[in-house]
Amino acid sequence: MEKILSGNAFVFGKNVDTDQIYPGRFVEFTDVEDVAKYAMFGADPTFTCKVKKGDFIVAGTNFGCGSSREHAVITLKAVGVGAIIAESFARIFYRNAINLGIPLIVCPTISKLVQTGDCLSFDLYSGEIRREKSLIATAEPLSDYVLNILESGGIKPLIKQQLEVKNRA
Amino acid sequence: MHAIEKLLAKKAGKASVKTGEIINCEIDMAGINDLYLQTLRSFFEMGGTKVHDPSRVIMFLDHYAPASTITQAANQKQFREFCWDQGIDLLMDIDQGVCHQVLADKGLAYPGEIVVITDSHTTTHGAFGAFGTGVGATDLAIILATGKLWFRVPEIIKINFEEKLPKGVYAKDAILHAIGTLGADYAVYKAVEFGGSMLQYLSISERMALCNMSTEMGAKASYIQPDAITMAFLEEKVTRPYEIYHTDADFHYADEVSFDVSALKPQLAAPSSVDNVYDVSQFIGRHIDQAYLGSCTGGRAEDICIAAHILQGKKVASRTRFVIVPASKGVLLEAMEKGYVKTLIEAGATFVTPGCAACLGTHEGMIASGETCITTTNRNFPGRMGDTKAQIFLGSPAAVAAAALMGEIVDPTLYM
Repeated sequence: MEKILSGNAFVFGKNVDTDQIYPGRFVEFTDVEDVAKYAMFGADPTFTCKVKKGDFIVAGTNFGCGSSREHAVITLKAVGVGAIIAESFARIFYRNAINLGIPLIVCPTISKLVQTGDCLSFDLYSGEIRREKSLIATAEPLSDYVLNILESGGIKPLIKQQLEVKNRA
Repeated sequence: MHAIEKLLAKKAGKASVKTGEIINCEIDMAGINDLYLQTLRSFFEMGGTKVHDPSRVIMFLDHYAPASTITQAANQKQFREFCWDQGIDLLMDIDQGVCHQVLADKGLAYPGEIVVITDSHTTTHGAFGAFGTGVGATDLAIILATGKLWFRVPEIIKINFEEKLPKGVYAKDAILHAIGTLGADYAVYKAVEFGGSMLQYLSISERMALCNMSTEMGAKASYIQPDAITMAFLEEKVTRPYEIYHTDADFHYADEVSFDVSALKPQLAAPSSVDNVYDVSQFIGRHIDQAYLGSCTGGRAEDICIAAHILQGKKVASRTRFVIVPASKGVLLEAMEKGYVKTLIEAGATFVTPGCAACLGTHEGMIASGETCITTTNRNFPGRMGDTKAQIFLGSPAAVAAAALMGEIVDPTLYM
């Protein structure tokens, strides 16, 4: 994973739930190309037309609350969302995103600092968030446990390795 | 330590744990539901071949029971074949109902257990003194492959409900009031213990509603210390050995709040957030297109009994429809035996297959743009039960049944 992530910001409000990120009526779809069609569909049906690879979602508190559907992360990853910066995250969404290798950045003031279209960068290790070149905030540091998963490209390669070791033993 | 910490320590093979520590726990029961074929995909993507312990895995075909599209049918087919291939005997097919109620009915929820399901409302099992938590598909696949899952030991909050609820006011009202006061993100990453003198008056059914809704304040798990009411339930249902943990007297909660419920009015969560909670009096007279009674929150026999009592010998309002979804096969059988089904069907309600149905906006009672629904379920986000321009009010079974009768939001205590 790159040390510095950069992209344009798409700003959403607080308590953005998984029905807004990926509506329940599309949960029966399981292939990634189908799931990719409905990213943020409940909040902004035009999001998939606008988002580019590496872009950031910025949101208020409790982003990803609601259902446990991993589709909510799969769809954002599929359309290229590089990281999500929010004031806080719902816990199942947090686990799902880290497991699939999307950095989630907790910054309690971010909503007031950023507008849609701002060009942001984030340093995975120092937590520094910049707009263009200027530092606007420093996020809570990612734990070593989480960093290890992100650096491995998500949890699947780690478990795969673990199972291979076990099977060889 | 708290009872939850002792439980987690035991399952992690440690003498003690502390808040914030990352631990790897043995999982007693891992449940998959039919929304998440990704669970099986992740299992195979990680190189899984044989499930670590098939006797600790349970498959629920509940969200699409029975399948209403070809895609759903194809997904369910793959789940059944996976169970047969892997020797997973606990295949709860489309006749059984919502995962949480099925676990309770079958005596598979018990004190000291860690139960992890790909369903956010797994906090329900705190009602039995279990540690229940929801996860996504890949986390569940990790349990399939290894039998374990990592957790961060959570901060623990205590919410006390004191005194007895007035007649016509229920646990659902108490928890909506708490969520409205504390906010939808109050307990994010944390575990919530419910305490206070109200609990001694609550059945297992109402305790399940309380613990179920802790998810809507962001909780990772919930807990009610098992007591005589729990033991009476367990005695009837549970055959597996279990261990009850107790919280040390010197344990410090991360936060502790108390609510006096003795004068609580019926509560409603108004569109479109679970913490947008007011006394029912704010909305009296609001037209209701659909009343909906069901789900792992409010679809138990006691809930259907309340509706039957309110609608006995009466009719659902002419421009209102009343959809009832028993939470499980056991609930439906009880509702039939006690005559509630007959009473309610004669009153103009309709019953659909036990399961999750329209609670998550997929089938069996979807609502149209511009319509208003009052429901015993757990979420009122935009689009949750159908069109994003439909309005959803969350309330108690009495609030829903009384609204079905009158065709508008009313104070249910006047109809008891």
